Parts: sequence; structure tokens; C-alpha cells
Amino acid sequence: MELWFSEPHTPDVKLSIKVDRQLYCGESEYQRIDVFESPEFGRILVLDGYVMLTEKDEFIYHEMIVHVPMAVHPHVRKVLVIGAGDGGAVRELTKYPEIEQIDLVEIDEQVIQVSMDYLPKLSCKLTDPRVSIHYEDGLKFVRSKEEEYDLVIVDSTDPFGPGEGLFTKEFYGNCYKALKEEGIMVNQHESPFYAADATACMRAHKRIVESFPISRVYQAHIPTYPSGHWLFGFASKKYHPVHDLDEERWMNRELETKYYTPRLHRGAFCLPAYVEKLLRKVEVHG
Amino acid sequence: MGRYRQSRAPIYEALEEFRQNRIVPFDVPGHKRGRGNPELAQFLGERCVGIDVNSMKPLDNLCHPVSVIREAEEMAAEAFGAAYAFLMVGGTTSSVQSMVLSVCKKGDKIILPRNVHRSVINALVLNGATPIYVNPDTDNRLGIALGMKVSQVEQAIRENPDAVAVLVNNPTYYGICSDLRSIVRMAHARGMKVLADEAHGTHFYFGENMPVSAMAAGADMASVSMHKSGGSLTQSSFLLTGPGMNPGYVRQIINLTQTTSASYLLLASLDISRRNLALRGREEFAKVTALAEYARNEINRMGGYYAYTSELINGDSIFDFDKTKLTVNTLGIGLAGIEVYDLLRDEYDIQVELGDIANILAYISIGDREREMERLIGALMEIRRKYQRDSAGMFTQEYIEPRVAVSPQDAFYAEKESLPLEETKGRICSEFVMCYPPGIPILAPGEEITGPILEYIVYAKEKGCSMTGPEDAGLDRLNVLKEKWAGERDF
Repeated sequence: MELWFSEPHTPDVKLSIKVDRQLYCGESEYQRIDVFESPEFGRILVLDGYVMLTEKDEFIYHEMIVHVPMAVHPHVRKVLVIGAGDGGAVRELTKYPEIEQIDLVEIDEQVIQVSMDYLPKLSCKLTDPRVSIHYEDGLKFVRSKEEEYDLVIVDSTDPFGPGEGLFTKEFYGNCYKALKEEGIMVNQHESPFYAADATACMRAHKRIVESFPISRVYQAHIPTYPSGHWLFGFASKKYHPVHDLDEERWMNRELETKYYTPRLHRGAFCLPAYVEKLLRKVEVHG
Repeated sequence: MGRYRQSRAPIYEALEEFRQNRIVPFDVPGHKRGRGNPELAQFLGERCVGIDVNSMKPLDNLCHPVSVIREAEEMAAEAFGAAYAFLMVGGTTSSVQSMVLSVCKKGDKIILPRNVHRSVINALVLNGATPIYVNPDTDNRLGIALGMKVSQVEQAIRENPDAVAVLVNNPTYYGICSDLRSIVRMAHARGMKVLADEAHGTHFYFGENMPVSAMAAGADMASVSMHKSGGSLTQSSFLLTGPGMNPGYVRQIINLTQTTSASYLLLASLDISRRNLALRGREEFAKVTALAEYARNEINRMGGYYAYTSELINGDSIFDFDKTKLTVNTLGIGLAGIEVYDLLRDEYDIQVELGDIANILAYISIGDREREMERLIGALMEIRRKYQRDSAGMFTQEYIEPRVAVSPQDAFYAEKESLPLEETKGRICSEFVMCYPPGIPILAPGEEITGPILEYIVYAKEKGCSMTGPEDAGLDRLNVLKEKWAGERDF
């Protein structure tokens, strides 16, 4: 017997992963949730048919969305994580002892439950005493906050479906308001490669540029995401993502990482020419 | 109401059967189930173009319905508590015009509030009846026209005992209801018909704790925009009649102006939407009301904005309020409603129903979800943070009392000349001027152009209101009656 999970990356391209068995299938108020066990990628979390993470390559995404801002901002105490019900981002954050409070806002309680039940490698730190979980719409949660957080991590799903509100100008504006005057926002920024993803990427960048004085984009290579080439946004009120990187301070922490290094950090902000051009287009008109 | 009976949708069922029978078309429309227009079929989908068909025996005919359309009309009548219901495909504009044309003719008087939709006055241009305006009460702070006071309607009836009908907005665009039951009682006592423009009142027939519907209040006719809060396709509507009307005559009136090629997409959408509301309307509109209430609380908590609701009720000119309407006064943040309306669309990709001088109106309906509501609330908060201004010098007065010099029909067809806007003061206008939406005329044919009206037009243009009506789309010039008309008031 051969069982394959396929995700269309465009109408004409798909990625297929051989599956051992399906561990979970459920329909929440917001989306369909599936967990598969696969020989190559380990366990896979799928929302509405789209791969959110695999055990094999999730470290790339989660290290890059957490360690990049943490290596720049010198004193992060309070962090807001929006989306990310799997717990991967929280796991990386808890490696920093100076963080005092992590607010995790996930609209879909069932995603967190599924992650706790089936993805212990990701959800293992959701019970850390510094973590408070809020089952709420991210946009609603953030709009009542003013100058409260040092770091906001927007670990959203794609800009269609329940994550759509997390790609809007009103959301980024409210995140700006929720950050302290030295605050940083990092967000999942889609891929520049396929046309539909690139459009979403440009729209998000335009809206962030309009909301923050400093807005840069960095990249990573994530095999199970469409095209494998993925972007993150770094938006900041004060710190520059590369000029303000304190390499030595981060190295002295002696954190164990598989993907992130401060050297890679610098390189990640060097983007391919076509991506630079794509982003510049909305920066100029924005 | 028979819930079992209401679970049927005869037009929809007939179309499904028709589709299965694979009838070969040698009739119109010429696209022949989309084959002749592949780009259109691709755009709309084959299921959609496949039922874009002509009237035929198994599908009935809207001009003289005898089978499935008649059945659908009877079911709609039952669902709305009307004696008869007509399926309409020319928008609620055509329902309103058919109401007016059904009850009055040239020279007749009809009593109506000045804040009527343009379609009402258009009907008067067509049939030559004369409007007797009741000036609606206004709320100057909010900058909106309200309902009619009962005492004012009573006075209009007393002064015009020969009037044939009274027309009432139930509710206004902003959700405000007059005391419809009292108005019906007074009008009927004098033998006058009562017509209700219920373009914004479909849900009154299905939701709980809603203002009274026209049919329940005993009105003779009502125009119900099923495509607004009812969920049917744009341009589809119902015309309801009470027991005091002759449906055969009303059908003749409708057929004067209605198409003989009614779209089955529109008819089916009316049929399916009626069924949906009859079966699930109560729960659906409870959700809509709760969502609007939630948004109002959140918006009022922000400060600056004022989202108003039933606290405005004053027992007379605001006899009742439609709580599903989310109307937000924006003057407290120093922005005109139209400016917030434009910011929402241009900066936040959010389209609300209308922005006027002082308010925005977000239409909340059976299709809304909490997450989109959060976007609207979040965006309003951002607009306040980023664009708030000192609110001194904001214009609030929306309603300007008109001076009717000649009847709409006489003015429309009179000899006229075009003048630059600033030279028109004191002249009689021969065309409409309105902000759209809401489509309520600032000037109607036959009305005198006064200083305050010109000031208002210039201000509204400056703030970016989309002004419609006049022949000159830029509204730099207006058509006015030639001088010999000035001062004449003999209609």
C-alpha cells in the first residue's frame, strides 16, 4: 500500500509526501486539522490541506523567527506571540532566561490541543510558567494593548482563511501601538517565488513599511514550504536588524541551535536581486 | 406559518429539474448555456450560465405567473404575512415605483417624508402626482434626518384631506422608524393608502425584537429589498400588498415598466432566500444583532466615535431603532464620515455601506463573521490613532428644508438652462442632486436652490462625497428652469 499526502503549491505544482498513517483528523470552528506520520518528515501538522510544519524541518522556521530578533534587542522581557498554536516559537523563546512573560494568542483552541497530544517536540514548553495562552482573535487581543511588549512574533498561517486578519494594515498598526518604544515585530512573510505567494508577500511588506520606521526582510530555506524559499519580516521602532546585531552577546549565551548562527543572521538579510526588486516596488509606492 | 410548506422553493426546484432534463435550447438567451460565450461561462461558472434561461412553460413567466412563480409568490406572501407578494427583478427602485404608480396618478397628492429615496420622486416625475412633504425631524448633533412625527403627519393629512396616500420609510437608511401603526390608523381613517419603503427592513419580518414590519402594522404596500438584509442577489426584491389592494391591478402596474425577460438567477435567489429566512431567519438575525451590539460596545469604548442605537428612541420621530445597523458618528475624531469611509477602503481594504458628512454605516448581515468585525474595529482604532484631528468647524447639519416651487414632473419636462453652480441661487432646479449613497435628494426637480443648499453641496463635494443626479457629472453646473418659471407656485 502507498499512501501519499499532496499539497498543491500552485494550481500546476504540488508536493507529495509519503505517509505511514493519519494520526488525527478533526474540524474545528475555524479549520480542518490533520496530523500525519511520515517516514521522511516525521509528524506533519496540516491545516485546511496546507502543511504548517513537519518535525524534520520545523527547526529552521522556529529558530529564524525567534533568534533573529532576540539577537538584536538587548533586553526582551515581555513577548507576544500571535498564532503559533503548535508551540514551536514558544519553545525557542523559553531558552532565554531574561524573558519574564510570554503571551501566546491563538484563535483555535483545538490546534493547541492537537499539538499537545500529537506534537510533543513542539508543544513541550507550552506549560512553562512564563507562558499564558489566550484563545482569542489576534487582532482583537492586540488592539487593547499599548506600549506593553518588547517583541511581537506574528506566526500566522497563510493570508487566506483564519489567518487573513494577521496580514492587514490595521493589525500591523495595532502591533506597532502594542510595542514599547524599542520594540520589534517579526512576522511570517510568505514566499517570493510563485506569483500568488509573491503578491501576498508584497502586500504584507507594503503594509508593514507604512506602519514601522524600520522594515527589513530576511530569508530561510524550508524544504516543505512552497518553493522552499521563505521570507520573514523584521519591523522595528529603533533597532536595525544587522547594525544592531550583538554577535558576541548572543554567542556568550551558548544556546544550541541547528540553523541559526549570527553569521547566518547577517547573510539572511542579503536577498536575491529579484526579491529586492519586488520589495522595492512597494517601498517606493508605499 | 407552515414551516413544512416554507421548506420548499418551487422556482429553484423547477430549475434543478430543468437542468437534469437537458433541454436543447432553440430559444433565447443566445449564449445557449454559455457555449456561445466561453469567456463569460468561465468567469461566472457553468452552473450559473446554465440556468440563465428564458421563461417557458415548466419555468412559468413573471409577467403572468400561473405555476412555479405563482407558488413562489404565494409562499413569499405567507412568509411575510402579506396578502400577496410580487417577485421583482428591477431592484427595490422598481418596487417603490410600482407602489407609487399603483395608488396615485397625475394631479393626486401623496404625503411623504423629504428623506425618501430618489426612486419615490422619480415615480412622481413619471406619473405627475404632487408631493406633500413632511419635514423629518433632525438630530443636528448626529447630522441625520430622523422619522416623521405623528403630529406632523396628522397635520399634513388635515391640511390635505384630498391626498390619496402616505409613504413611510421603515426604517430610514440609518435604521430609524416612525410610528407606523399610528400613521396607518390615521391614514386609513381618511381613506388614504399607506406605502412603506422597506428597502432596509427585510429582517423586520423574521428577526425577534425588531421594529414592527409594514405588513404587521397594517400598511397597504411595502417594498422589501430582499437583496439587502435578506441575502438574495443584487437587484432582486419583493413588493408586498395588504388585503386592501387589488393584486391584479398591481400586476398591471408592475408590467408597465418591468422587463418581460426576467432573470431566473434573480428569481431563484429570491425563492431560496425566502426559504432560508422563513426557516432560519430568527436565529440568523439574533446573531446579526449580537454582532452589531458587540461592535458598538467596542467602538464606543475607544472614545471619539459614537456608535448609536436604541438609546436615541424618543417615542415619536425615533419611534424605534433597527439594532442591526452599525452607524458610527465620526465627528468626535475630527473627521467627516466620508473621510473615514475613504480611509477604510484606501488604507485598510474595508468597504462600508456609506459615509456621509458625519457618519459611516457598516451593513451587518447574515454573511458576517466575528473575524471581519475585528478588522473593522481594529481599523477604526488605527484611524483614530493616526488621523484624529481637532473637531472644531465640522459641518453637522444634513437636512435642509426644501421649498417646492413646481411639481417634479412639470420641473423635469420644463424648458431649462444650464448655469454655473454659484449662479443658481434663487432659481428652481430641474434635476436631482444627491450624495450616493444614501441617495436621498438634497435637491429634487421643482425645488428652489437656496444659499444653505449651495453651501452644503460645496462642502460635501470638498469632503469627497460622491454627488450624483445632475446632467453635469462634475456638478459645476446645474440645470434650472428658465426665468418665466421663477416664483410660480400653481400646481
